[in-house]
Amino acid sequence: MSQTAASTRRRKRFKLPLWMYKLASPAYFDRLVGRIIPWLLIPGLVLLGIGLVWGLAFAPADYQQGDSFRIIYVHVPTAALSMGIYMAMAITAGIGLIWRIRLAALVSRNCAPIGAACTFLALATGALWGKPMWGTWWVWDARLTSELILLFLYLGYMALHEAFEDPEIGSRAAAILALVGVINIPIIHYSVEWWHTLHQGATIFKLDKPSIAPSMLWPLLVMLLAFALLSAANVLMRTRNNVLERRLQPDDDE
Amino acid sequence: MSTSTQAFFGLLQRELRLTIRRRNDWLNPPLFFILVVSLFPLGIGPGPQTLALIAPGVIWVAALLATLLSLERLFRDDFDDGSLEQLLLSPHPLPLLVLAKLLAHWLVTGLPLVLISPLLGVLLHLPLTGILALPVSLLVGTPALTLIGAIGVALTVSLRRGGILLTLLVLPLYVPVLIFGTAAVAAAAQGLPNTGQLALLAALLVLTLPLAPLAIAAGLRVSSH
Repeated sequence: MSQTAASTRRRKRFKLPLWMYKLASPAYFDRLVGRIIPWLLIPGLVLLGIGLVWGLAFAPADYQQGDSFRIIYVHVPTAALSMGIYMAMAITAGIGLIWRIRLAALVSRNCAPIGAACTFLALATGALWGKPMWGTWWVWDARLTSELILLFLYLGYMALHEAFEDPEIGSRAAAILALVGVINIPIIHYSVEWWHTLHQGATIFKLDKPSIAPSMLWPLLVMLLAFALLSAANVLMRTRNNVLERRLQPDDDE
Repeated sequence: MSTSTQAFFGLLQRELRLTIRRRNDWLNPPLFFILVVSLFPLGIGPGPQTLALIAPGVIWVAALLATLLSLERLFRDDFDDGSLEQLLLSPHPLPLLVLAKLLAHWLVTGLPLVLISPLLGVLLHLPLTGILALPVSLLVGTPALTLIGAIGVALTVSLRRGGILLTLLVLPLYVPVLIFGTAAVAAAAQGLPNTGQLALLAALLVLTLPLAPLAIAAGLRVSSH
């Protein structure tokens, strides 16, 4: 009797807030997300339009880099999101793994392709930007290298997900991998940075913290917000789709 | 001696005996290690200076791949014949049992790599200081490689074709160990102090030693679902 009470108390301490459990109910989630998506999608698209026109046409050209600096308006938002989405993916994966909330696992799974796409875009736009500015498509710079490793982490997560026939087991295995990855990302980042200074200290690119004029910064912030909103909308739309698919399957027990 | 400690040493003994009796399991990784390293002079050319320059990286990458290759069968046989399920059902903490398995595995497959490495350093014309630093760096680094790699193995053990997937999962996580291990040898080869690199390598080992068995245990529980 006392043991039961103790275990109940223990379980209580690890409880999530009630709204998260409510969120885990497919019907509630469907209704809520259906209402949220337009609020993400429409401002996202509007801001994307404003940011693109502002950044590409109205922001002043860089005094050194000319017009080619404008790729920053795609490069920086995707690079920032590539890491942010990994965090979101790992957190939702952890929630799905620990509290066995299927929806959290689904959100995590849908974060992966968006995050991988952002990472790829950041690398691709970086290469396109690097060619005219640094004279080369690719350098083994610390940031580039850790971004590349991040892409591999995303691909590994997705591949592990796909490898299992039972999506439930696949998502739990992938969740463990995502959590291991999240511990490793800072270690990888700092080790790569350290390796870089060791091998080619002479060619550090002084782009870490470019002091950027407000006239260029504002469109950048608009683009960042637009990308974030559209990514969130995309993840939620994919998840809602999965929920609907699952409810349509008659042999599924849930 | 508590029963968990007994279980640890019992399992260690069993694993050592099993692995030593399967000759392929402990003979192949060192052979692979030597073969991969000896391919590089053939591919790059026999110039002693070039070889000495790339030696730390080549030997470390070869050791890393040899470890990965040997890990693939870590839980396979136990999974197939059901002894893995017995491990999961045992009342002793699973991370501890996992650690016993990994220790046995490292003693049989990782330690030979450490012992052979000076020979390969000689083959690649590494200076004496570098040759001496090689086994030290590998001694600290290969256990970390085994621990990290085993996480991937635990997650893929129930898959029939897990080999390439395992590589994709584990290699990105190996990057820090590779960087610090190579740096320790390269610094020593240039006659510079390498205690900093070795300390960072040891820090990685100290971090993975308690954490990796937890992840491996969780992975095994998911895989044997």
